[in-house]
Amino acid sequence: MRLEAALRDRRASGRSLLVPYVTGGLGSGWLDVVRAVADAGADAIEIGIPFSDPVIDGRTVQEASQRALELGATPASIISDAARLDVEVPLVVMTYFNPVQHMGFERFAKELVEAGIDGAIVPDLPLDELGDWSSAADAAGVETVLLAAPTTPDTRLRAICERSRGFVYGVSLMGVTGERTRLADQASVMGSRCKALTDRPVLLGVGISTAEQAVEAASFADGVVVGSALVRRLLEGGGPEQAGAFVASLRAALDDREGERG
Amino acid sequence: MTASARGLGVQLAPPGSEPAGLGRFGEYGGRFVPETLVPALEELEREFRSAWSSEEFRAELAGLLASYAGRPTPVTECHRLSERLGVRVLLKREDLTHTGSHKINNVLGQALLTRRMGKQRVIAETGAGQHGVATATAAALFGLECLVFMGAVDVERQALNVFRMRLLGAEVVPVESGSATLKDAINEALRDWVATVETTHYCIGSVVGPHPYPWMVREFQRVVGDEAREQCRALLGGTDPDVVLACVGGGSNAIGTFAGFIDLPGVRLVGVEAGGRGLESGQHGSSVSRGVPGVLHGARSLFLQDEHGQILEAHSISAGLDYPGVGPEHAELAAAGRAEYANATDEEALEGFELLARTEGIVPALEPAHAIAWLAREAGRSIPKGATVLVTLSGRGDKDAEQVAERLGYDSFR
Ligand SMILES: Cc1ncc(COP(=O)(O)O)c(C=O)c1O
Repeated sequence: MRLEAALRDRRASGRSLLVPYVTGGLGSGWLDVVRAVADAGADAIEIGIPFSDPVIDGRTVQEASQRALELGATPASIISDAARLDVEVPLVVMTYFNPVQHMGFERFAKELVEAGIDGAIVPDLPLDELGDWSSAADAAGVETVLLAAPTTPDTRLRAICERSRGFVYGVSLMGVTGERTRLADQASVMGSRCKALTDRPVLLGVGISTAEQAVEAASFADGVVVGSALVRRLLEGGGPEQAGAFVASLRAALDDREGERG
Repeated sequence: MTASARGLGVQLAPPGSEPAGLGRFGEYGGRFVPETLVPALEELEREFRSAWSSEEFRAELAGLLASYAGRPTPVTECHRLSERLGVRVLLKREDLTHTGSHKINNVLGQALLTRRMGKQRVIAETGAGQHGVATATAAALFGLECLVFMGAVDVERQALNVFRMRLLGAEVVPVESGSATLKDAINEALRDWVATVETTHYCIGSVVGPHPYPWMVREFQRVVGDEAREQCRALLGGTDPDVVLACVGGGSNAIGTFAGFIDLPGVRLVGVEAGGRGLESGQHGSSVSRGVPGVLHGARSLFLQDEHGQILEAHSISAGLDYPGVGPEHAELAAAGRAEYANATDEEALEGFELLARTEGIVPALEPAHAIAWLAREAGRSIPKGATVLVTLSGRGDKDAEQVAERLGYDSFR
């Protein structure tokens, strides 16, 4: 339970959690991007394993996934590359169910563990279908993070919060990933509903694009996931330096908020 | 059990069996979707289950199928084609429905459900455009807002249907991502739905997608097979056809047809998939023959994919069969050996298209032209001389006229 333990510890220290998302295999320097993001103050890092048909992703992650696939990225190559990372913070893969089941549940879980990856987020695998994957993941010690959505009714939300491992991923809006000009109205409700039901760390994600939005979202939950805003910078040619600077700016804004509240 | 419902000559047989568990057909099916969609799918499942056992709902649907869609459709005996092939050929004429394909059967059912759920907007994906046209038609009839996602390649090759949808008041969104065909149109429809699910119904056009779609769409399409079984018995002196044949894209016209015959072990059920440029070329849509188990668009089924679990692009001359997957119930019927799945190539489909036009005066859509082509190839081979074959003619060929004219070199089309 390294992911959840680490997030709980950091939360206990009074900090808002920051979990950036990086598409695995997006350019030969992607491991350096992950390192820079870790150094810039991430509390955990999501590594995207690209899938050909990413139905909950908007244009930015679609494009990044396609590019990574064209560059030859495969689930196995991303996991084995990630094994070379020596970052302090926990790593979580984010992918779709097909590549996972294609590799085989036991093997996928085992490869994650061997690569030092602590968790998995599989957004098209809802609570009701966790079955065989979660048995394999639990047995191997992989923490499966579940998503909660604004449409999730209370009884189901309670079950999701209970069954999730690592953290609870609250989807902050109705829609796919991608940058937005403002934080959705659903974010506050989503955050407070989850917080009322669980002591597990609750992170809000999807659509959180700027430091300002991150600060606002973090006031309803334990922290945020930021994906497309970072990935866009990489698609536009940015490397470790730009990625690190962006994440550092989010970190600083979140820490300031703590200071102000303090 | 609910009894038959009747409306102006259309009889809906009692509901068929429900899949097990969470939409399982053997090891296939299920509900693999983002959490945001789960409550809407649960609602749809509840609504469909209660509607489908309600006399009132069934009578209303039967009435619409009769007075609006033109059901029942006839079974036509093909004398000249039969003589030519040496087997007795019967066609179930879905081409004669309003809008020109079987897609309307499912859409009218889903439109009634949309109204029941109080939703004002429908979205749909479409390949050949027939499902898009049917959805746009029902939306006009029920006063619903309608958005149709269509691969950019298909927008090009099915231009007539794009115009029809726009004329009917629907907005058509060309999808450029991926292979820019049916698979990508479904991806884009799902992305829209994740944002709009509270006010929008996703009207899926085949027996694909998450539970309850494969079950629900099969139930709405079984009218094809149920009618055909009775009609065949009337024509064949109380006996059944030896072979029942339909083309398979996602598999809705085939499963609807098979549903009428599935409990008759003596009837050979055959689904014909797109052979494209030949199975060896890798450019085809034969998901049952060449696919492996996987999860896409909400269900576990057979999909064309590479060794890493990335979905491959399909290829077919016909937009409606150009899909790298198949409905989960077909995957199970294949596994159980109850139905067999064959294929016909692009070239063969073109020959089938012309063959039916020349011998019977019926211009088929390119999709069922695959079934005709397979029949022409197998008559006297795996189908013994003298056998009786029912083919579902799922749609008419107007939409394909321009594309076929070009392929066959009729340069004076315009
Ligand atoms: C005329 C016709 N037949 C068949 C199909 C294939 O769909 P299904 O396999 O669901 O019947 C289509 C789809 O667009 C179609 O338009």
